[in-house]
Amino acid sequence: MSVLVDEKSRVVVQGLTGREGSFHARQCREYGTKIVAGVTPGRGGAEHEGTPVYNTVREAVERQRADVSLIFVPPPAAADAIMEAADAGVRLVVCITEGIPTADMIRVRPYLARTGARLIGPNCPGIISPGRCKVGIMPGYIHKQGPVGVVSRSGTLTYEAVAQLSRRGIGQTTCIGIGGDPIIGTTFLDALALFKDDPETRAIVMIGEIGGTAEEEAARFAAREVKKPIVAFVAGQTAPPGRRMGHAGAIIAGGRGTAAEKMAALREAGVHVLKTPAEIGETVKRLLG
Amino acid sequence: MKIHEYQAKQILRRYGIAVPRGDVAFSPKEAAAQAARLGTKVVLKAQVHAGGRGKGGGIRIANDQAEAERLAAQMIGMTLVTPQTGAQGRKVRRLLVEETLAIGRELYLGMTLDRARGVPVVMACGQGGMEIEEVAARDPGAIRVEPVDPLTGLRPFQARKLAYGLGLEGDQVTQAVKLMAALARLYDETDAALVEINPLVLTSDQGTVLALDAKMGFDDNALFRHPEIRDLRDQDEEDPLEVEASAHSLNYIKLDGSVGCMVNGAGLAMATMDIIKHVGGAPANFLDVGGGANADQVAAAFRILVADAGVRAVLINIFGGILRVDVLARGVVDAVKQVGVKVPVVVRLEGTNVDEGRRIIAEAGLNFTIAEDMLDAAKRVVALAGAR
Repeated sequence: MSVLVDEKSRVVVQGLTGREGSFHARQCREYGTKIVAGVTPGRGGAEHEGTPVYNTVREAVERQRADVSLIFVPPPAAADAIMEAADAGVRLVVCITEGIPTADMIRVRPYLARTGARLIGPNCPGIISPGRCKVGIMPGYIHKQGPVGVVSRSGTLTYEAVAQLSRRGIGQTTCIGIGGDPIIGTTFLDALALFKDDPETRAIVMIGEIGGTAEEEAARFAAREVKKPIVAFVAGQTAPPGRRMGHAGAIIAGGRGTAAEKMAALREAGVHVLKTPAEIGETVKRLLG
Repeated sequence: MKIHEYQAKQILRRYGIAVPRGDVAFSPKEAAAQAARLGTKVVLKAQVHAGGRGKGGGIRIANDQAEAERLAAQMIGMTLVTPQTGAQGRKVRRLLVEETLAIGRELYLGMTLDRARGVPVVMACGQGGMEIEEVAARDPGAIRVEPVDPLTGLRPFQARKLAYGLGLEGDQVTQAVKLMAALARLYDETDAALVEINPLVLTSDQGTVLALDAKMGFDDNALFRHPEIRDLRDQDEEDPLEVEASAHSLNYIKLDGSVGCMVNGAGLAMATMDIIKHVGGAPANFLDVGGGANADQVAAAFRILVADAGVRAVLINIFGGILRVDVLARGVVDAVKQVGVKVPVVVRLEGTNVDEGRRIIAEAGLNFTIAEDMLDAAKRVVALAGAR
């Protein structure tokens, strides 16, 4: 099994006709994902590379039974796009867009809570269940079907971890990029809960970074609830305090959110904490035996 | 984005929050004119984006116009070193000239995002004038916090809880409640990331509640809808290479090491810095070329890297997703042709269109070391940086 997306997922792409939307929708389709619709207001009724385009997500859901949305809408309109998807009854919203104002996301969160839709991201690579479905921008070919669940705040660092696993013949159930912003939908804790209940997932790789306390919250949950082995790396051990390291959420503020604190909390929870990302593949291999 | 104290106070004033009378001065003459206009003993405050100014001689009192001019002449152009500037300090180019006031009590009032709650919070504390982190570490119970619901804003009852909690009475409560409401409105309407009034003071004569100092930062992602705030940016407060990088939408932070890093993705960029340190080297920078970088941006990134005199070797670590490896490779080749490269370069490429990317690098005839994986790349680049 995989979590959240599989071969039955029907994906609508919001922002399908844009440059990035076009490129990545094509890559997803080539991977085997059912891209059933696109949404670009004003372009409804058209077809884009064989995919029907609608003016609203509601129409895409009604006509094509889309249940997952993939968002490439530019930052000023992205929060609205997330809410539109949730309003239309999409169960999973994956928002790739980087640079959404924090104040917009503050309003998105309670809205999603009312509709029951789950958000992944924003500012993330998306989600992939290898061999089944790819809803995101990750290079599909580095993945392989298998027993490891991967959850990460970072995009390319996730690819690094996945490539190390696949190269050693270790596949993945599902890889979730939760995103690098201060306010996100699905958290580490949520992802651990999903992997804990997935019978096919036998080990979990968790890739955190500086800023916030989400890794610490996940550590407390892991200590209580998760019996499966967890391997973790936290990026930013050498980051100076007070400087935003690219991601809007990656900042050591007020002396809190350091890599050292997070690594200590995870270690205390029984998680295998690594000093460099180069050890991820070998460590998982050893734990799976 | 950070702004200066005097700019923050202009914004506070616009929202009806009381601040001392005063204005900015760019020269001793202007400082003297401000002092004459105020007609009182004045305080001269160096305007730099760093706290702890008093400790480094960045805050001085002048009794009259002549003294204001004399002190301003000493302060403008000085290099101010405070616990927050680092050893190299900051050059003072602007002063805030303000009336002095008789202070009764000093309080702390701030507003910022609480990531765990997912909403902003107003923070109040009876111990003003100190670093709030120090108070939080020593006496966490001393800081009172009220979350601000995005649908309702800060409710008057929440402001009253904070005001009574600070030990305010009578008219002071009324003033503080009004002030906190204005603060919350300001935070929301300007897309602020941090507003700190520290200290918030009660004047000893009339018990007026007033912002004696102010610090503000704004959400960079929201500046597109606040051109008036974007105009407050002072590039003199930023590293010139960081200014150049931001002009090309690149995330660059200068550090002190010798290994220049060009990486795509913030997490991988941080991890690259970590692994360089792990194998005994020191990163010269954080540089994330981002997810959608084009060839021009990559070329700009390369120019910025080699412009840092401390860089003795460069590591390019790319795992292509949204940024395709062939795009990056073309950018690197263009940049090398434009800029010329005098330091050794180690390249590690993986991801979307990687074969095309590797072909472009190979056929360009550049003297690059190609690494197999991250650890291999880090070891090679640290050896090259050390060998020169």
